[in-house]
Formats: sequence, structure tokens, C-alpha cells
Amino acid sequence: MSATVVDKTQEEGLHEPHPKKNYLTADHTIKSWLLTVDHKRIAVLYLISTTFFFFLGSIAAAFIRAELTNPMGTLLTSETYNKMFSAHGIIMVFFFLVAVIPGVLGNFLLPIMVGARDLAFPRLNLLSWYVFMAGGTCFVIALMMGGVDAGWTFYTPLSSLYSNTPITLALVGVFFAGFASIFTGLNFIATVHKMRAPGMTWFRMPLFVWGQYATGVIMILGTPVIAITLLMVAIERMFKIGIFSPELGGDPVLFQHLFWFYSHPAVYIMLLPGMAVISELMACFSRRPVFGYKFVAFSSIGIAALSFLVWGHHMFVSSQSVLQGIVFSLISFLVAVPSAIKVFNWALTMWKGSVHFTTPMIYALGFLGLFVVGGLTGLYLAAIDTDVHLTGTYFVVAHFHYVMVGGTIMAFLGGLHFWWPKMFGRMYSEFWGKLSAIIVFVGFNFTFFPQFILGYLGMPRRYHYYYFAPEWQVYHVLSSAGSTVLGIGFLMPAFYLTASLINGKRAGRNPWGAKGLEWEHADSPPVTLNFDKPVVVTGPVYDYDAEKDSEMIRAGQRLVDMVKGEEEK
Amino acid sequence: MNFPLMPPQASEHAVAYDALFWTITALTVIFTLIVGVMIYGFAVKYKRGSSADRRNAQSHNEKLEVLLLVVPTVLGLAIFAWSAVNFTSVRTPKKDEMELFVIGKRWMWHVQHMNGIRENNEMHVPVGQPIRLTMISQDVIHAMYLPAFRAQYHVVPGRYTSLHFTPTKPGTYKLLCGIHCGTQHSEMVGFVHVLSQQDFDEWLESGGNRYTKADRSMEQVGADLWKEKGCGNCHQGTDNNRAPSLNGIFNTQRTMTDGSTVLANEDYLRESILRPWDRISAGYENTMQAYANSLSEEQVLSLIAYIKSTGSGATPGQGEYEQPVRDGRALDSSSKSTIDIANDRASAGASQAKELTN
Repeated sequence: MSATVVDKTQEEGLHEPHPKKNYLTADHTIKSWLLTVDHKRIAVLYLISTTFFFFLGSIAAAFIRAELTNPMGTLLTSETYNKMFSAHGIIMVFFFLVAVIPGVLGNFLLPIMVGARDLAFPRLNLLSWYVFMAGGTCFVIALMMGGVDAGWTFYTPLSSLYSNTPITLALVGVFFAGFASIFTGLNFIATVHKMRAPGMTWFRMPLFVWGQYATGVIMILGTPVIAITLLMVAIERMFKIGIFSPELGGDPVLFQHLFWFYSHPAVYIMLLPGMAVISELMACFSRRPVFGYKFVAFSSIGIAALSFLVWGHHMFVSSQSVLQGIVFSLISFLVAVPSAIKVFNWALTMWKGSVHFTTPMIYALGFLGLFVVGGLTGLYLAAIDTDVHLTGTYFVVAHFHYVMVGGTIMAFLGGLHFWWPKMFGRMYSEFWGKLSAIIVFVGFNFTFFPQFILGYLGMPRRYHYYYFAPEWQVYHVLSSAGSTVLGIGFLMPAFYLTASLINGKRAGRNPWGAKGLEWEHADSPPVTLNFDKPVVVTGPVYDYDAEKDSEMIRAGQRLVDMVKGEEEK
Repeated sequence: MNFPLMPPQASEHAVAYDALFWTITALTVIFTLIVGVMIYGFAVKYKRGSSADRRNAQSHNEKLEVLLLVVPTVLGLAIFAWSAVNFTSVRTPKKDEMELFVIGKRWMWHVQHMNGIRENNEMHVPVGQPIRLTMISQDVIHAMYLPAFRAQYHVVPGRYTSLHFTPTKPGTYKLLCGIHCGTQHSEMVGFVHVLSQQDFDEWLESGGNRYTKADRSMEQVGADLWKEKGCGNCHQGTDNNRAPSLNGIFNTQRTMTDGSTVLANEDYLRESILRPWDRISAGYENTMQAYANSLSEEQVLSLIAYIKSTGSGATPGQGEYEQPVRDGRALDSSSKSTIDIANDRASAGASQAKELTN
């Protein structure tokens, strides 16, 4: 992205810091981290905390997969098993997936990408991390009190009257995490509207920013609904005020409407930021502008808008009327269209490009493969008739893991590997990076593909035993074996990325040869105010030249050949 | 080791279902291949440094985008329409359905036949007979899930839901719970036994399963409850100033005190027994006692079966209740609704049960 640097040093009284300090070295005290209002430091705080929650959730997943290798179970009681899948779901959804890309990559990059020095409300940003941690702490305490057993969906009246586990505390935890999400969304929207650098028009914004913007809209419109809904469950639980329980005069299905009114859009809170990352990766490593930029940008907005009108497809068999079900089914098919557009445009981005097979690109290609399967299997669940048999089975489990893990986590890892040199100024080992991307992709498919078949065969989700169907065991064993591979794939980055902080090569400003303000005009790691001097954007986004890029490689190759030839003579 | 790929296909709907299922699967495979080939092809051809022609590269193409917009939309709408037709047909009650009552409770399925035979975690049905399950939960939400019939519906506390299927192959199939309902959720399982009509008749004849012999049909149980609770003290053969008569009330439109009308279906009857203050018939006062905590779901179902046996819609039934004469109108018996047919069958069940006890 072309931009000129305006030297306002004189008028604003800024001085070139000497020796130059970046945001990491600006201050070293713990207090300076915990009270920072620097969006980049808050992103690092989010990185540490979401990684912690990811490992916590993964441990629960490991127990689930180990237990399911045997139709009668061998390790856990049913009560503990239920607590395991509840912990896995709640942690992964509310304390990892929803927060990870906006919290880490969004916080770090959004201001830099629009040419701002920070988000619109830096203190609100810090508060969002504290609120997130308060929520996380509540849930960890609930875990230490024995854990909750109602599943991440908290269906009433099981959660409100029947469960004897510390549900109220868990609900309070999720309630807090919801506010963290609202604050982040608010910040992103305000920043995109008001903080763009001069010349940074809407259609010069990287698609990453468009994606985060659409996510922010869903966050502030959807999250309050889930917050108040969970609060109502807590009120019913504590004071026996009838809202959802028919014994007290409430309506249990009302909860599902309110819950999914948020939780379906929440799927896109998790996915849109991932799609946003993929647009950047495809452009950079194809050395091409994203194909159909405007279609990709508006498809994010389209998804955000339609996502609020499809919640009923989670409730096709929950006693809503036939007509209601059919209408929700129709709209669910429509929401698939913008996603399809994105996939084709990403693939077309490589057309006449100059494709670099780097670690982030391999993650991005892995994302495409998994997301296509995840998206297409959504058709079975949007089609009201096929959903009847598949809803609540492992088919659904496989589907949303393809979308959430195959989509969001692949995109997050791709994005983390892409911007790691920018965030910490160091390169990691490309060998280990590529290997981890391939292991994650293979392990993932082994884990979750068999679950599609299990679901079609009729294995309900959240079943601890399946002694009545020993023929299902073979798929469970495959899935558990795959999850071991997947686990190794996820562990590897933790080691080589950490190692890179100590002995990684210095990255320099733009190790990938990428376009964008963060690469061309900010240091790695960036200084506290992001840019040495204010920037003015003068050119279009993604001004890559694939032909020149490839020609350079060929020229380099010819040079090498020539030198070799000379040596041989 | 074998790798099963399909659940048994044992109902009419299962066949229609699988046709759609495998069509979507074919589409999924085709689209995955298209995208896969595009990605692989581009990635290889345009690998960095390759000598591919990169001139005249486009970064947008409106015509192509419209094509990418229209093709998935059209295919999607076709699948949607097919699935909506399938779904509507499976949710529409068939004419000659046999009605069974299901109560879900943590953690077992309780099934009751019209003639009073009860089963736990088992369900016996005759092959080829359209079945209607009228279901309610006693505690949390469960889901009646019959994978071999591709049939599933939630069993909700506080309201009746229904599930319709027509078994086509004799055999034993899984009966599962599809919604997490607490500790022993995965043990809330049982079997559906689809029997030939002859075996089913014999099974009924011998009193159902071996644990409980049905001595009274559901309506008889309901009639006894009716007497025991003294319902007839107020609800008499004809409307009086204390309460309306319930003779033939089932499936009729009722006018409430606020002028609205309500169809007197199972849900309305249940609501009026348990929480009568919610909706009061026009011309009456809120004097009835609530039975919310003194009747089980099973007893409520029996009472409803009894009320239904006195006739439904505008058709008199064969119950022992005095025939209704309301507002001086003679009751027309020419039109028979599906529910009447179910009622006739219920009465047949009742007489059969009587025979059994003799």
C-alpha cells in the first residue's frame, strides 16, 4: 500500500526516540503490562490468556476422546464425562474462539492497518481484557468447585432447576466474557469509523479490517441478548422466578430462541475474523489483490446481517411450527451464498499469482479445504428435512468443528504465523512451521471426518456410553487416534514459537514482502505509537505485482545458474 | 472390523430421506472437488517462479461474481424446496394413525398404548401402520430419536409434541435420547420392536410385555380418576352455571372470557386441568382448583383420553359419559376428523382391554 509519511515532528513536539524503543521494550515492569493502554500490549495479554484457555479446553477434549474409545467408557463416571464436555464447550466457545482473533490479531493490527496510533478507546480496551479475565476466573473457580454439567448450550430447565452443579457461577463467567466482547466490538467500530488515516478510504481498507468491522457489529448487537438470557437463567436458578421452567410457569423453548439468537451469529463472531485473516494471507502469498475485493468485503456485511435471521435452524424439532421451520431453513440457505462467494474469490486470488508456500500460506490452504467441507455439510443441517435426523448427533459435532477448528483455529494459526515477526520481531523455523500446519490438517481430518459417519449412523452427541451400538466403536477409535495427532500439531507451535523469541532470526520490517501499512510503514515490533510519523495513504490496497515477483525469482535463478556455469568452467 | 456407512432404513420416510441425503452428498463431493482442483491447479501452475503466463491478470470480474452468486443460490433453493416438501409430508398426520403416548423422564422412556399396556424403554408397533407418538416430558427436555426411521422430535415439559412415522420393516431398532438431559443421558436408550400385524396382535393379546399386565385401558383409568377427583361434581352432562360440560369438547373451538377463541386440543385440556386460571371459558368464573401438583403427566394423559372418548369435534364418542346436548344443538355425526378415527380406535382398544380382563 503506497503511503507517504508526513513529518509532523516539529509541530507535534514528537522526537525521534533514541535509542529506538519498540512497544515490547518501552517499559519492563509488570505494572507497565497490567496497566497498559497500548493495543499491542493488550493483544499480547489476550494471546497469553486465550492460549491458556485453549490448553485447558484441550485437556477436557483429550479426556472425552480417551473415554469414547470404549463403548462402556473406562476412565470417567457419567457425571464427570458430562462435566468434561461442558467444560470443553464453554471454555472453547466463550473463552477462546470468540475472543482469540479479535482479541489478539484484531487488537494488534486493526489500528495499524488503518493508520491509527491506537484504538478509539484504549482504556475500554484494557477494561475488556480485565472483564474477560474476571469471567475466565469465575469459570475456573466453577471448575474447581467440581465443574458444571449442562453443556455449553445451558438448555433450560436442566440448567435452571435440575443441575446440581455451580451453574450460576459459570453463567456469571460467561456474562462477563460477553461484556469483554461488547467492548472490543464497540472499539473496532468506532476506530474504523473515526480513526482512519487521511487517504484511508473504505475501499482502501484491508479486508482484515472489513471482517473485524462486521464482527464488531455482531458483537454489539448479539452479545447483550445472551448476557441477559443467561442472567435470567441465573435468576430462575437462585430465586425460583419462573421464566423458562414450565413448573414455575415459564417456557423452556423461549430459552432456546434467545440463546440461539445470539449463538448463531456468534458462529460468525468466531468465523468472520478468521475469514478476514485468510483474505490477507491469500493476497500476500499469491502476490495478487484479493479477487473481487468488493464482493468479499460486502459478503462479510451480508453474513453479519443474515446471521441474525437464521437462529431457528437450531430448533427445527423443538416444537416450532412447520411454517416457521421452513422459513428459517430458507434463510439459512441464503446465508450460505456469501460464504461460497468468499471461497471462490480466495481460490481465484491465486489465479495468475505468484504463490509462495510459506507456513502461513499452508495454514490458509488448509483452512480453505476444511472450510469448504464444513460449509457444505452445513447444507444438510440447513435443509430442514435432513436436519431432523442429524440434529443433536455427531454429524453436527463434526460440522461445527470443521467450521470452528478448521475455520477459526486454522485461520488464527495462519494469522499468528504471518504476523508473528511483526508482533515480536523474530522469525520462527519455517521447517517446524510447515510441519505443524500439515500435521494439524491431517490430524484434524482423522479426528472429525469419522464423526460425520457416526452422526449419520445415529450417534447422539454428549453420549458417554454406546454399549447398545458396538458397531460405532471403530469410528470412535479412528477419531481418538486422529485427535492425538491433532494434539501434537497444536503443541508444536507452542514450542517453536516460544523458541523463536529467544533464538529466532531478526525479522526486519517486512520479511514476507507483504503490502499494507503494518508491513511497509511500521517497525517489527512496532513502536508504541505504531508509526514514527503520521501516515497519509495515497494508493490502493494490495498493490502486489505477481509477474514482477515471479520474474525476480526467475532472474535470481538464472543468476545462480550463471554463477554455477562460471564455476564449472 | 467393518465400517457401517448407513443406519437401517426402516420407515417410509427413511427412503425419501436418504434420497435427499445422498443427493446433497453428491453435491458436496462435486463442489469440494471443484474448489480442490481450483486450489491445487492454481497453486501448482502459479507457484512462485513458474513460467506461467501472468499477463492480463484480472482482480475482479462482475460477470463471474454474478455467476458465482446465482449458481449456488439456485442449487441451494432446489435442495431447500425438496427438503421442505419432505419435511411437510412427514409432519402432516396420516389418516389412520395409531396413537401411542410417550412420557420422557430422567432417565427412561415410558410408553403407553391406548388399551393401557405400558412399556419402559421399549416400544412395540405393527409394521406398515402409521404411528403417532404424543409426547411430553416430566422434567427436562428430551428428544425421541429413532435413527432407523430418520425420525426425531423434542419431548418438552409443559406441552405435547408429536412424532409421526410408518415402520416398513419388522425388526428391532434403536430408540435414543437426542438432547442432553443430565447424568445418565446416554443410558436413556431402548428399542423399538416392529412386529408383523399378527405378532403385534398376539403381543397385545398376551398383555404386552411381561412385567405389567394392562388391566384397564387409558380411558378407564381416566374415568376412574374422573370419579376419584370429583370432576363430575361440576362438569356434568350439560353446561350448568358452575362449569361447562366436557362432553365432546375435544377439538372444538372454545370462547374465552376475553373473547378470544381457543382450540380445545390436548395442550389446552392439559393446561385447563393443571392451571385452570390461565384461560377461563366465557360465562364462567375462576373457581376450579388447580391440579398442577397433584396429578402426574400419566394421569393427565389418561384424563385427556377419557375426555376424548366422550367424543371430539362435533362427533359423539362411545364413552360412558352421558351424550352431550349443548345449547340445544343436535350434534352432527357425519364428518369424521383424523382424531375421531384415532378415538374410534381408542375405543376399540378399550373393548379389547375389557376382553383381556374377562
